Amino acid sequence: MALVLDILSWISILIGAAFCLIGGIGLLRLPDVFSRMHAAGIVDTVGVVFIVLGLLLQAGWSMAAIKLLLIVFFVLYTSPVSTHALAQAAVSVGARPWVVDEDDEPTEKGDESSKT
Amino acid sequence: MLHALSLGLVLGVLWLLLSGYFVPLILALGLASVVLVVFIAHRMDVIDHEGQPVHLSWRIFPYWLWLLKEIFVSAVHVSRVILQPRMPIRPRMLNLKATQHTELGHVIYANSITLTPGTVTVELDDDNLAVHALTKETAEGLESGDMDRWVAAVEWETQLDQLIAARRAELKKDE
Amino acid sequence: MFVAAAIAVLVTMLLALILAIKGPTVYDRILAVNTFGTLTVLLIAVLGFLSGRPAFLDIGLVYALINFITTIAIMKFFKYSRLGRHSGEDLGGL
Repeated sequence: MALVLDILSWISILIGAAFCLIGGIGLLRLPDVFSRMHAAGIVDTVGVVFIVLGLLLQAGWSMAAIKLLLIVFFVLYTSPVSTHALAQAAVSVGARPWVVDEDDEPTEKGDESSKT
Repeated sequence: MLHALSLGLVLGVLWLLLSGYFVPLILALGLASVVLVVFIAHRMDVIDHEGQPVHLSWRIFPYWLWLLKEIFVSAVHVSRVILQPRMPIRPRMLNLKATQHTELGHVIYANSITLTPGTVTVELDDDNLAVHALTKETAEGLESGDMDRWVAAVEWETQLDQLIAARRAELKKDE
Repeated sequence: MFVAAAIAVLVTMLLALILAIKGPTVYDRILAVNTFGTLTVLLIAVLGFLSGRPAFLDIGLVYALINFITTIAIMKFFKYSRLGRHSGEDLGGL
């Protein structure tokens, strides 16, 4: 039983770590601030949830589990608020997202970042 | 009053969980700090239905589960888009109309959109949302209106609960 | 296994740091710092388990809250150039 729990928690931690890395790669690859927010969103939600889930399985029923749940709760509650505030602040100073209208034309990875 | 009690209860439970001491002196100090915080919050006039949404219906819990599933699905989608060498992103802005009736419903909807990877709420003005979507699929997922209906259902149940409670109170008064 | 998670989180922190340094606009940098903070919370939690000291989680909890307030405060500062009130508003409003 303990072994099953261990394996489950390792899988969960590995998934979370992979999502964190993907989010980090996305932060650097995506072209402008608005699309980078999506990559940050991966780290903030799935990365945190899976890594903490893995730690939770290691912790068992203890104080540590409660604190881990509180960490997930706070991160999931605060991250959309700060992301939205960031997007709104960027728009309010005149930054416009880089938008592709055509659905079929392949996207060039142009570094057409929004202006400040 | 209900909101103040709920705030005090939340703070008290949080304090007990985080401290882990059950000595009378420490407990008294904890109680004093809870009372102080509730008093300060009362003076700041921030104890209301927005800070303490005690009236939200139980439907919020199945919604959270559904939202977690949705977050996972779109995170996998966005990850695959990011990892492809050509990176087929189609960023676009959407204008959505929220069908909820209360401000709390709008905020829950907007924050759920932001929480889902692939879509970010850029502006929220009354019931008009400006949303930035990373790809065609995430935009279509949002336009299908599933999330909107879920939040509206949670809100509707909430209003129903309130109506029932009000009616019960009325009946009790009549007796 | 904790070591692998800690290394993955550290590498991601490095990527976020690169964005914070090279990011063309100030908003890229704020986003990078926000992500960096979230990853720090994760790193603290993982390190707590790695060294077998659950007290680390309290620090992580506080860090998660401070990270949020930091982001909001920086944003407000860049948007209004002051922390106390909105530009053009009377004193007394938030």
